[in-house]
Amino acid sequence: MEERIPAVAMRNITKRFGSVVASDKCWLNIYRGEILAMLGENGSGKTTLMNMLSGVYFPDEGTIAIDGREVVISSPKDAFDLGIGMIHQHFKLVDVFTAAQNIVLGLPGKLDLAEASRKIREICDRYGFAVDPDQKVYEMSVSQKQTVEIVKVLYRGADILILDEPTAVLTPQETDKLFAVLRNMRDDGKAIVIITHKMHEVQDLSDRVAVLRKGHFTGDMLTKDTNVQEMTNMMVGRPVELNINRPEPEDPKPRLEVKNLTVRDADGIAKLDDVSFTVNTGEILGIAGISGCGQKELLEAIAGLQPTETGSISYIENNGEKEELIGKDPLEIKKMGVALSFVPEDRLGMGLVANMDLIDNMMLRSYRQGKSLFTNRKAPNKLAHQMVDFLEIVTPSVETPVRRLSGGNVQKVLVGREISNAPTVLLTAYATRGLDINSSYTIYDLVTQQKMRGVAVIYVGEDLDVLLELCDRILVLCGGKVSGIVDGRKTDKREVGAMMTKLGGLQE
Amino acid sequence: MIHISKRGEISAGKALGIRLLAIVIGILLCSVLTMITTGIKPVEIGKAVITGSFGTMRKTWIFLQKTSILLLISLAVTPAFKMRCWNLGAEGQVLIGAMAAAACMVLMEGKASNGAVIAAMTVSSVLAGAIWAAIPGFFKARFNTNETLFTLMMNYVATQIVAFFCVEWENPKGSCQIGVINQKSNLGWFPQLVNRYLLVIVVAVVAVILMYFYLRYSKHGYELAVVGESERTARYVGIKVEKVIVRTMLLSGAVCGITGLLLVGSINHTVSTTLAGGQGFTAVMVSWLAQFNPLAMILASALLIVLGTGANELATSCGLNASFGDILTGVLIFCIIGSEFFVNYRIHFSKKHREVKANV
Repeated sequence: MEERIPAVAMRNITKRFGSVVASDKCWLNIYRGEILAMLGENGSGKTTLMNMLSGVYFPDEGTIAIDGREVVISSPKDAFDLGIGMIHQHFKLVDVFTAAQNIVLGLPGKLDLAEASRKIREICDRYGFAVDPDQKVYEMSVSQKQTVEIVKVLYRGADILILDEPTAVLTPQETDKLFAVLRNMRDDGKAIVIITHKMHEVQDLSDRVAVLRKGHFTGDMLTKDTNVQEMTNMMVGRPVELNINRPEPEDPKPRLEVKNLTVRDADGIAKLDDVSFTVNTGEILGIAGISGCGQKELLEAIAGLQPTETGSISYIENNGEKEELIGKDPLEIKKMGVALSFVPEDRLGMGLVANMDLIDNMMLRSYRQGKSLFTNRKAPNKLAHQMVDFLEIVTPSVETPVRRLSGGNVQKVLVGREISNAPTVLLTAYATRGLDINSSYTIYDLVTQQKMRGVAVIYVGEDLDVLLELCDRILVLCGGKVSGIVDGRKTDKREVGAMMTKLGGLQE
Repeated sequence: MIHISKRGEISAGKALGIRLLAIVIGILLCSVLTMITTGIKPVEIGKAVITGSFGTMRKTWIFLQKTSILLLISLAVTPAFKMRCWNLGAEGQVLIGAMAAAACMVLMEGKASNGAVIAAMTVSSVLAGAIWAAIPGFFKARFNTNETLFTLMMNYVATQIVAFFCVEWENPKGSCQIGVINQKSNLGWFPQLVNRYLLVIVVAVVAVILMYFYLRYSKHGYELAVVGESERTARYVGIKVEKVIVRTMLLSGAVCGITGLLLVGSINHTVSTTLAGGQGFTAVMVSWLAQFNPLAMILASALLIVLGTGANELATSCGLNASFGDILTGVLIFCIIGSEFFVNYRIHFSKKHREVKANV
């Protein structure tokens, strides 16, 4: 490769949080006219490193040079002045403002919205964005909000863009659009960094890939010279097998029967429309669908968290006896002896208590046990220790608040607790969202183990490749209706994809 | 260049050190302020503050008793606060508890034995306080009303109820005050424990211990912490959030009711609109200063009482306006609360900035 001066050269960057070293003498080169993918397991320090570039954190040691000149970035404003812009996972927009108002928010000078709108349209035309400057943010889809964030950064003259897991919230179609825009920007000579877990995106989009492991920089290479297996091994530090084991279901019997279920939201819009299906013991039923097609409502209805309009959900005991779950709250469902475990998609908002430690979070499900007025922390303590060992949860101790753990470890805590109850039905929603490849495979493994124990598993996923490899049957939702139920072993991506976008899929 | 970053873990010793340093700095600031504005030697001020609370045996007892009352109210608001339910109605809950006790004393005069009156006072005070808090609690749980405004409004209602009975039962006629109730018969006056101060102190000590265990180790305490941290998680694990909110407010109000009972039965033997004296609000500060830890609240309430009493003492012994004492109290509390910033954040100074600025 020819000698180029990197747009960004980070050298020996170290950052400590208390006793945890998040970044340990990291090196990184970012070039113009290139898309760099940052790969690494959860908690390997990708986001921390990028936050130091965008002025959110300040490095304890090391230097940063922009175009060969050493600089100090002590605030996001410094970063902006140097042309560095970061698009975070969580959008920072004012809902009641329009796109244009959000974009100019905080900029010095006179407020001239007409001029701003003109400039925004210019940027959009140049790179192929679709943003209406006068649309209010609360009326926008997630993808549109993300676009506003990107335009905001470009508007401020950024030519080094960092995107933190931009595709985590997007549908496949939206992802394609985003990638097209990113390629346009690259061709325009901008330096682009994308943090991601998804290997096929790395291969699809990036020119170069940099791998981090446990805060160390393990190397970078041209994407075309490497492959998924090599990248995974570098991330994990040892050879990893990337196969999902899918044994045939043993002696499947109906466990949960959903009949004609209809759920409406507060505005009276049907989120689920006449949904019927059965889940068997010892099988994984995958739920596919574009996000927001009723997956959340379906799981919450089964778990007793979502009021329903019509229909029934019955739990079928081993002896064939049916029990109706609708109308019962989560505690009553549990008291009936129905072991439902629910891994919600919003881990820290629902499922765990961010400010409590691992032990207290273990206790959430079990603290009622016993007649004593007081909680018993001994058993949860033991469970927490077992889980840390068994699932390889990275944490300073079991007395650490879970908000300090990285996403993958948080998910392990939640899944681990739910399956420790020995459930007969396991509901999971986006169990691997935001998880790195190694943690994801640990979760697939855990779910499959539960299936082999005879648990009826409902697995809501967004990655079709995984659904096709993991699930015995796949139920496809389309706009709240059942588009079809297919055999996971016999179907393919094309068929499921078609059913996701059109009721009934290809047959029509 | 100055750079601020959030601390990770901080050792308990270091955190204590920072807080102690803040108190020292606060005292120094107060001294300088006093010297400049009044010319009085800071030592004199310090002396006055100390003698205010500990000058005589009697003053020390009164100090302990006052601290106990403030401590009790602080303990009362804490479970609600831990649940992120901002109960600012302690003032009213104490008052209505006191009013209920006083009403028993007035209405049962000559009709029942002392023991029966005291039992009736206790039950009605606890109930009155609990109900006063549970009303906003119920509306919050059921309709998600704002408990801050609701509890504040309940304070005014309680004050007006007391004002009404002050006229209704005024003694002597025309004074618009209830005056000491049952002065001759001492009916409903709590028995003395060694002296007239100790009973309140004992109740406060017991309450601290109970509240500590309740919040830290009981299932209820765990539930209310989960509700406070994340209502959605609470529902997800099957905690009945509405029930927990009402139950916690009942407890909060009941402890306020007990405080009102002690104020009437053991200390004042009368009730007036200013009986609680703003301590319902001071308690909010105590609870926060102690970061909802009942044990730490002992220190926090003692500190505030010493400062408050000291301010009054200053007014008399040094011939200063009582407001001057309040200013000093304000400076000290500012330093103490401000120190929390340094407990949570670290400030870095680096010299590198200048060199690099030259390059840019």
